[in-house]
Amino acid sequence: MSALEIKGLNKVYGNGNVALHDVSLSVPKGSFFALLGPNGAGKSTLINILADTVRASAGTARLFDHDLFAERNWCKRQIGVVPQEVAFDPFFTPREVLAFTSGLFGCKPDYVWIDHLLERLELSAHVGKNTRQLSGGMRRRLLVAQALVHRPQLVILDEPTAGVDVELRRRLWDFMRELNAAGTTILLTTHYLDEAEELCDHVAIIDQGKVVTAQPMADLMEQVASSYLWMNYEKQLSLSEGDALALAAFKPRLSDTGVCLQLGKLENGQSTFHTAYEAAVARFGPPQDAGVRSEDLEDVFLRLTKKKMKEAT
Amino acid sequence: MNTMNLRGSWTLFKKEVHRFLKVKMQTIITPALTAILYLLIFRYAMGERQVPGLDVDYFTFLVPGLAMMAMMQNAFANTSSSMIMGKVMGMHIYLLMAPLSAFEVVIAFLAAAVVRATIVAVVFLSVLYPFVDMSVLHLGIILLYGLCASIIMGGLGLIAGMWAKDFDNIAMVTNFVIMPLTFLSGVFYSVKQLPEFWQRVNDANPFFYLTDGFRYGFLGIGDTDPYASIMVVIGTALLTIISCWYLWSIGWRMKE
Repeated sequence: MSALEIKGLNKVYGNGNVALHDVSLSVPKGSFFALLGPNGAGKSTLINILADTVRASAGTARLFDHDLFAERNWCKRQIGVVPQEVAFDPFFTPREVLAFTSGLFGCKPDYVWIDHLLERLELSAHVGKNTRQLSGGMRRRLLVAQALVHRPQLVILDEPTAGVDVELRRRLWDFMRELNAAGTTILLTTHYLDEAEELCDHVAIIDQGKVVTAQPMADLMEQVASSYLWMNYEKQLSLSEGDALALAAFKPRLSDTGVCLQLGKLENGQSTFHTAYEAAVARFGPPQDAGVRSEDLEDVFLRLTKKKMKEAT
Repeated sequence: MNTMNLRGSWTLFKKEVHRFLKVKMQTIITPALTAILYLLIFRYAMGERQVPGLDVDYFTFLVPGLAMMAMMQNAFANTSSSMIMGKVMGMHIYLLMAPLSAFEVVIAFLAAAVVRATIVAVVFLSVLYPFVDMSVLHLGIILLYGLCASIIMGGLGLIAGMWAKDFDNIAMVTNFVIMPLTFLSGVFYSVKQLPEFWQRVNDANPFFYLTDGFRYGFLGIGDTDPYASIMVVIGTALLTIISCWYLWSIGWRMKE
């Protein structure tokens, strides 16, 4: 069962800007889902439509098999959103903010849970302070607590770690992992792609309002991510016609220090590493140094979004 | 499955009340003091003079009018400032994201506006009580007009808050719409003292009926028959609630 099933979602703003174009996505229940895209790709618009702060122009969405638009208030109770912009109520303390947020979502404030959230998000020492007195990072963590206070089934994190230091970010992700392991579906947008790759089991990349790809993270990396064999030599190499022909299967690229070959898979599933290495040694001799580098999510992301940009132009 | 969220509505009401009580010097004490200052200035300026056409001295005449003015201005300020602050600070998204119907939101906001307006009026009247020979002739009329005034002004504040993009917009509505209509409504004089044109303008000014009816409740005198104006006042209050409900439900100037 999907936690969220979006079909043909469109958003055209009043100024004619098309933010989302025919977006269809399926977020599996219990997944840790990365929604990635460059700035202005439409991620926040999509999240804002889910949060009901922006209206969709067309399309349907189902949340835990309920119509998101027809059963809005039921669906809202199932969603907790950490907005991208830091918003804070200057009149109240963190504890009061969480109690009020809980009440707004129709829940009696559960102070055991509220204190747990404050502790996990390292705000316990600041419960008596007014939110005006909190630092930017603390306010952002308070937003995370606000999103979790009514125990939603789907948590949407819109760049929640911007401005949060590395150590705290680590602990925040540990907490999110725990929630995810306990069954909460998490939808994350972030510009820290290494974090997305590490945390998420599913990924969707959107660019210019369109879905470029949406699939399990492992499948994407398996299908799209490449590995490269780089070989360094003392002297600068040149690629003769014969070299190019012999290494054509590995798309050779020369650099100042050597050659880089793209690795693939043999029919038996094994890497073409040995074949590539031997072919290169046969043409250029043994290298001074060699190694394999696999593409990470950032490489895949850049490749897919650049390709999209090229297609568009 | 869109069940009512009474706890949510109650929480919003409590939050709004807590918000203005957190800054009570600014929201309760100052408005009450301002009204008292108005009263003292007019007391010394007008002396023992009677209000033309009405059998009452200016001082006594002014007290209910000023109480009503303070109620109206504070009911408006409560909702409009909450909305615009929410927009400027980005907090309004929590209201939009919460599972609250438009009716639940509007009722909570208006109830908080009524509470603030009532507290300001009670503080103002309590301070003056030992110094003024003030009677309460028609308590029902006072309560009805006070309630309707708070609802109407709270509702207008909510609409202004939805419309406004910044504090400047709110100041514009306050200074160019609310203040002139309040001053025109007969807080400081009997409208019969006004030129004919402005009397006709006041016929369409709901603030006038509110002030006049409220004063009638205390003094038993006024420029109109408060019982005949009741339908105007209740109708305006209902129209305000419906307008707020409709505008919130379509997300007017809140959702793109």
